Amino acid sequence: MIPMNMVTPPPELAAISALQSKLVAALHPILPEHALLWEPEDTIPYECDGLAAYRRMPLAVALPETEEQVAQILKICYAMQIPVVPRGSGTGLSGGAMPLSQGLVLSLAKLKKIISIDSFTRTAVVQPGVRNLAISEAVAHLGLYYAPDPSSQIACSIGGNVNENSGGVHCLKYGLTLHNVLRVRGILMNGEIVEFGGLAPDAPGLDLLAIMMGSEGMLAVVTEVTVKLVAKPKLARVIMASFDDIEKGGNAVAAIIAAGIIPAGLEMMDKATTRAVEEFVHAGYDLEAEAILLCESDGTPEEVAEEIERMTKVLEQAGATGIQISKDEAERLKFWSGRKNAFPAAGRLAADYYCMDGTIPRRHIASLLKRIQGMEKKYGLGCLNVFHAGDGNMHPLILFNGADQDEWHRAEEFGTEILEACVELGGTITGEHGVGIEKINSMCVQFGEGERESFWGVKSAFDPEKLLNPDKAIPTLSRCAEYGRMRISGGQLPHPELERF
Amino acid sequence: MNHSNSHINAFREQILNAAKTKVPLSIEGGATKSWYGNPNNHAKLETRAYSGILEYQPEELVITACAGTPLKEIEVALAEKNQVLAFEPPHFSENATFGGAIAAGLAGPGRITVGNFRDFVLGARILDGKGQDLSFGGKVMKNVAGYDVSRLLPGSLGTLALLLEASVKVLPKPAATATLRCQISQEKALKVLNEWAGQPLPLSASCWIGSSKGGDGELTFRLAGAAAAVKAAIPLMSSLVMATEVDSEVAEHFWNDLREQNLSAFANLDADKTLYRLALPAACGPLHITGADDEIILEWHGQQRWIRASGDEATFKSIKALANSHDGHATRFRQGANVDPSYQRFTLLSEQAHSQALEAVQERLRSSFDPAGVFATKRLP
Repeated sequence: MIPMNMVTPPPELAAISALQSKLVAALHPILPEHALLWEPEDTIPYECDGLAAYRRMPLAVALPETEEQVAQILKICYAMQIPVVPRGSGTGLSGGAMPLSQGLVLSLAKLKKIISIDSFTRTAVVQPGVRNLAISEAVAHLGLYYAPDPSSQIACSIGGNVNENSGGVHCLKYGLTLHNVLRVRGILMNGEIVEFGGLAPDAPGLDLLAIMMGSEGMLAVVTEVTVKLVAKPKLARVIMASFDDIEKGGNAVAAIIAAGIIPAGLEMMDKATTRAVEEFVHAGYDLEAEAILLCESDGTPEEVAEEIERMTKVLEQAGATGIQISKDEAERLKFWSGRKNAFPAAGRLAADYYCMDGTIPRRHIASLLKRIQGMEKKYGLGCLNVFHAGDGNMHPLILFNGADQDEWHRAEEFGTEILEACVELGGTITGEHGVGIEKINSMCVQFGEGERESFWGVKSAFDPEKLLNPDKAIPTLSRCAEYGRMRISGGQLPHPELERF
Repeated sequence: MNHSNSHINAFREQILNAAKTKVPLSIEGGATKSWYGNPNNHAKLETRAYSGILEYQPEELVITACAGTPLKEIEVALAEKNQVLAFEPPHFSENATFGGAIAAGLAGPGRITVGNFRDFVLGARILDGKGQDLSFGGKVMKNVAGYDVSRLLPGSLGTLALLLEASVKVLPKPAATATLRCQISQEKALKVLNEWAGQPLPLSASCWIGSSKGGDGELTFRLAGAAAAVKAAIPLMSSLVMATEVDSEVAEHFWNDLREQNLSAFANLDADKTLYRLALPAACGPLHITGADDEIILEWHGQQRWIRASGDEATFKSIKALANSHDGHATRFRQGANVDPSYQRFTLLSEQAHSQALEAVQERLRSSFDPAGVFATKRLP
């Protein structure tokens, strides 16, 4: 999507090359030929993840096929003090798997076996490279599924989900990865195998499983995940409601929750998005609406009928100008198709788009959208707003042309301003995409020095040498000081260390 | 604001003083669970004065309150808006505080369906062992900025930091509930509960009380959800196990007594006995513990079991080994008056396979928040 416009220059080619030879020689005996890549033509696919604007070539890429190999790789890197960047499917949107030029990329993609499925205990044990959707597919015949459904679920891996604490459209009712994982087996940087959580409802000691969730590959390398499976609802139906005012739409979201209903999904699109997706999917969206709400109910047929009736009443009272209820599964999917295709539709409107991921308290949805309208004028760029309204997680898609350096710069500034507004409104800079490398400066805005120091303390508890994905998620003191100066002087580029062209 | 600052300043002073003298502080809320965890005689840091609901907006499904707020006050405020703490934390007496409930991390009958206390914690403000005033997480459902430190607090028993304030997710009270009861063997109860849990049925809680030696016991189970779903499920589920519906008021008392451990099977613990808590995987069938009292209680579809047996170390050792062999763990939950209070109450990380390396991690984690050991009471090992 976003063109390559930043490459970190290697500090010193000769030193890197020497280090590379040493690392490859050390890993060679423990990995099959095809599982170790170091020639640039082989490692170039790993220079970035789903956030393609941030790229860097690693020393080498290891693709272990067994847990034992993962442990050996970590032990070797630990002994050589070479940093390691774990990587799942590479679908992350915050650059969490961006390589280090003096580090190894450790891909878990080949650990992709579903080890066991137990319908009685509603659990599955899977390797980290198993795709999110593959779990649900493998257990569908048992009437079960794995609930968290990030938009990238066709491709993203469960190991990546654990490290990002991924959510999805249905997490309002069914929870995040955190709520759906019982046990994580992983390996510490020093090669020690550990298990977080367990099959029992709790485990001895502090709840270290909780802190592993969303830890962005910085605490341990995940080698096995035991997930919770839930009963597939017999039926799902969705209400599509139009509003002539974005504020009314936002208030309708609050009204549904206040009425004691937890919808299976509660999504909102603004007018610009509706128009863009309608052209793309022809779902029959109301093009005059300022906001469209998709509100889903699932469960038994009796339950769904009751809930749809209650939701409809609330939406009418909230001033919906139009209400359509899906008659069958085909129509339900049609109503959803626009929301699910917001990203490709954005891709048709502009050469590139930049996807943001802030979360705010629900009551501020309308005010944030109004602020974003102001920012569109300020930066001279369009923005589509789609979001998980039920949990206040927004995904503004900033449209720009990456070939124009100034536009990319403005898009980045635009995004940063949205995140700062989210923090100001009592929210957070990232709901589900992670901090990675992308939002590392915004961490200086959301957290004070004490909190950031504590994060480093957590990191060091698991990885005292700070070798596991060390440049992600938690900014150093000096980075924040630098960022603070930049924000004050204004108009400077974030990531001053990164060259741009 | 000034009022809250003065409390926080006093807490900080106490913490910095303890850091200087290297004598740990034992954090206390309503002292309703002081029997839980390893005992100590350290000076107390009392949180009750720091009380009050700071923010509650029902449509946000979040409540933020000070640690010393009575748990009851929170539940009353939620009930007014038809909302609940869905994991049903036990009080164990009138004075239970919000902070104490979080530190204990215990959950009631609904836990098996909705999750544990930590699943509901969204954010926390703490004073660490250096007296630093720190805030983690927030007031929104989805938040992956920084490590999820606030979720480390439930169950930490005051051994990590002083909790000042927390934001917790709340849920609407289920539109309808029903409680059913039948006579059934432990084995059959475990089987049918797990089968139901894997189907789209509104099963929300269960409790089996009976003899550990076999035979039928009493299974009570609760349905909760949309009125239509509960209504449709009653005939379907009751016909399978020949269950009858329990009067709603009687049912409410039962679930309350179960959560508060007021049922007869919990009461009157002999002076030389211990009430053991076993946390077990769903796959674990009936267990036979030699020397245990006849009557046992199974909650959470068998994943939480209460057993009364001799309080001596040999008995705990064998119970721990048994739980461990089923991928679970055991706790000395309550002890009779004659049982040595110095006995370790918990299963240690070092006693479990693949947890040994975590012991060092946990130690480093604690000392990063609390280098001087202000909270190192060992109440939770």
